[in-house]
Amino acid sequence: MNLDPIIRVTDVRKVFGLVPVLDGVTLEVRGGEAVALLGANGAGKTTLLKILATLLRPTRGTASVAGHDVVREPEAVRALIGVVAHGAWVYDDLTARENLTFWATLGGLATGPDDVAAALAGVGLERAADARVRTFSAGMKRRLSLARVMLGRPRVLLLDEPFAGLDQRARKWLEGRLEAFKAAGAALLMATHSFGRELGVADRLAVLAGGRIALDTARGALGPDDVQRLYAAHAEESL
Amino acid sequence: MSYARRALAVAWKDLAVERRSKETLNALVFFSLLLLFVFQFTLGGDRERLAAVLPGVLWLGFVLSALLALGRTFLVEREHDCWEGLLLAPGDKSAIYLGKLAGNLALMLVVEALVLGLFVVFFDIDLGRALPGLLVVVALGTLGLASVGTLFAAMTANVRARELLFPVLLLPVQVPILLATVKATEALLLGEPLGAVAHWVKLLVAADTVYLVVSLLTFDVVLEG
Repeated sequence: MNLDPIIRVTDVRKVFGLVPVLDGVTLEVRGGEAVALLGANGAGKTTLLKILATLLRPTRGTASVAGHDVVREPEAVRALIGVVAHGAWVYDDLTARENLTFWATLGGLATGPDDVAAALAGVGLERAADARVRTFSAGMKRRLSLARVMLGRPRVLLLDEPFAGLDQRARKWLEGRLEAFKAAGAALLMATHSFGRELGVADRLAVLAGGRIALDTARGALGPDDVQRLYAAHAEESL
Repeated sequence: MSYARRALAVAWKDLAVERRSKETLNALVFFSLLLLFVFQFTLGGDRERLAAVLPGVLWLGFVLSALLALGRTFLVEREHDCWEGLLLAPGDKSAIYLGKLAGNLALMLVVEALVLGLFVVFFDIDLGRALPGLLVVVALGTLGLASVGTLFAAMTANVRARELLFPVLLLPVQVPILLATVKATEALLLGEPLGAVAHWVKLLVAADTVYLVVSLLTFDVVLEG
């Protein structure tokens, strides 16, 4: 694991109207490390991911990716990150192959048809490559979204509920892919409010409650029951 | 090269989505037919009255169709949050604008060709010598409509009252385009050569240039919100 933090969030506050969603969040994620960001609905997990993805500006504080400030150098940050957001970023009337080719071209990636085919095979969608996405299940759209991210080989992965909508087989597959990303030195930040397989991938757990990181600990230091108990306690605190 | 590839990718994507879904095209064709029926009933067969109002009626049809088409430009990006993907795409965002503009132009020109053809049939007009000049005026007018329309569609895409706000913003800005196109079309249909309406054509070229340059320069800011 690289000891220098790739993701660095320092005292970030984000206010929507008069409502503070994040209030002094500080967090670091190193290369080769995966951090699961736990929190109840509305705790600010997606907001924090959007700030790191340069989609939102923090009201106060700083956030950087590989030393690039998300506000001052958004283009540099965008070149380093891969985002799996709530929406799958797919066009229903294009095929899976066309969707990947479009995003690769727009992202300026030097990918050819073989790379696209390999990415589709990587997420188990090779047979559906030429089917319109309109016919896909939510899980298939999720896998296509992951194929898009993997095509770009990002140094930082920002994942919002990455396991949502996936069946057991796809979950196991994703776990393997995320481990491979970690092994390649990428930093992973995953927002979740479940206690499924994603916690198996995580090296650290950070609980977001009351607009702050209420707990930041190594996953190995806690058993599954401890995690659930702590999470419930902090979730109540944020209400 | 990458800039052109990205613009082409956006145009290709928009046209592929429209070709397969036909959502906008079907609505525009139906709407245009409806307009023609209404105009036909209202104006009847009075040739004199027809000659006086036909240029305005023709451009009213074009503008109303354009409002429908342009207003939907970024709706496809709202599904599955593709808007975020566009925003995070590296490089100059004006390539996305040019791609969107090209897609809109193609769609609008198809609809306008259809409307023009139906006008000829419905109102028994002999375009004859006016056709080449008319094509120039229609092409320039459409570029003016689409260039600002694409920018304003992006501006209002995430606004709750976008259906109301979009035409309210767009139409006042389009006054030079509407004035020049209607006046030039009127003269051309009366049999005057394109040279006789050169001043209107110059106004169209100037307005198109200003709209296009301003849109290219400001699209990045508009997209970032």
